[in-house]
Amino acid sequence: MSFGIKLRVSGDFACFSRPEMKVERVSYDVITPSAARGILEAIYWKPAIRWIIDRIHVINPIRFTNFRRNEVENKIPFNNITKTMKRGEGQLVQFADKERQQRASMLLRDVEYVLEAHFEATGTGDGGNTGKHADIFRRRAEKGQCFHRPYLGCREFPCDFALLTGDTPATRISSPAESTRDLGFMLWDIDFAHNNTPMFFHARMENGIVDIPQPNSSEVLS
Amino acid sequence: MSALENRYEFTLLFDVENGNPNGDPDAGNMPRMDPETSIGLISDVCMKRKIRNYISLAKGEEQGWNIYVQESSVLSENRQGAYDSEDVSKIKDKKEKTLKARDWMCRNFFDVRAFGAVMSTTTNNCGQVRGPVQLSFSKSIDPIFPQEISITRMAVETAKEAEKQDGGNRTMGRKFLVPYALYRLDGYVSAPFAQQTGFSDEDLEMLWTSLVNMFDQDHSASRGKMSARKLVVFRHDCKLGNAPAQKLFDLISVNKKAECEGPARAFADYAIEVDAAQVPQGVELLEKL
Repeated sequence: MSFGIKLRVSGDFACFSRPEMKVERVSYDVITPSAARGILEAIYWKPAIRWIIDRIHVINPIRFTNFRRNEVENKIPFNNITKTMKRGEGQLVQFADKERQQRASMLLRDVEYVLEAHFEATGTGDGGNTGKHADIFRRRAEKGQCFHRPYLGCREFPCDFALLTGDTPATRISSPAESTRDLGFMLWDIDFAHNNTPMFFHARMENGIVDIPQPNSSEVLS
Repeated sequence: MSALENRYEFTLLFDVENGNPNGDPDAGNMPRMDPETSIGLISDVCMKRKIRNYISLAKGEEQGWNIYVQESSVLSENRQGAYDSEDVSKIKDKKEKTLKARDWMCRNFFDVRAFGAVMSTTTNNCGQVRGPVQLSFSKSIDPIFPQEISITRMAVETAKEAEKQDGGNRTMGRKFLVPYALYRLDGYVSAPFAQQTGFSDEDLEMLWTSLVNMFDQDHSASRGKMSARKLVVFRHDCKLGNAPAQKLFDLISVNKKAECEGPARAFADYAIEVDAAQVPQGVELLEKL
């Protein structure tokens, strides 16, 4: 295993949508490894490395709130674009109030996590040069630099981040029944190499800490 | 147009007087608020809508400034005449075709270039653009206390209603309003994403203009008096930035003045301080309004 890092992330709201409840988004109780990986990649990533999440510390109590918005119901049809490009003229707009859906989201609020992660070489480029990648990540995280603003599940929920060098703070979830419990099956990540297959794991929180199974472990199910 | 080379963060302060800045469809159109703290909220998409509307008013049919997601109240005929005559059909490679279409959408539509868009394709290859401009939810500085106002209408809709009322012909309606609130919106502009969509310095200037002016083109019976009050921009002198965003946002403090007793009812009741001395090296503070 190469260098591990700890990143403290926090934000006002978050939505890690459960794939089984997609029409009206409902967030998982805690951040998924997949969303955590996305946060690290927003700060530093190259094709030469692959981020792997080892552990998630849930610092703040898990609280939900509800938010309903007017949303557009359709995606932009690709064929219409190519057709219009070819013809050189035409109507290419969506009318937001004619193609409208009102969708509610069950959001998490006031979240804070400590993400423990490391990266592996993917075998392309200079992935073997672990010191280089670890240093670049560390420098960026210390200076607050990012490739794009990392977010908590959806882009409207941007997150603050800071490199954690000292001890991991203890969870603020006061009740032991809340901080140690079964979170059920959660999305682990999507396997983009194999037709975007979702992979799941059985998440358990012990004193606010969720251990994440490693790739190729028998605990990762698809 | 060359794409942005700098990361930006920005904070917009705007207020509402006797209006409903953003209704909650779950609460009968009452102003959105955080049920636990009574802090007023405005969705990210509400503000994006206003930016889009302003751009389409300001730029009209000008090439490159089309708005993809329109409100039908802007009933302009969208004949987009002078498109580049790229012959997409000649391209056999599916991936390349998607890329071409994606670039073309970015070039022609401001909202695709700024906020991104999901464009479905027939294959798994997802024609999706993430735009550089990212907005969070706006939050009010102090808790809000929405008021419900009953109003009457001196007419009825149908003859049947008139008969029921023996010709009284009156109906009642309700309106929600926030007497006064100052809201804060924090946003981000990512330079690497700008390079992917071709979001340029000119686009950025237009974004600032729209943030300052959009409320002036968005008056309606429900919104009351809404105005942009202050726009502070942090410009990093490099692509990735030189300071954590939260540290920059913390430099702007907005507080109700001590001498204001009771609830705030005007912008003058608030003191805004921008701690210019603490701006880190490599970050430039620009006050656009």
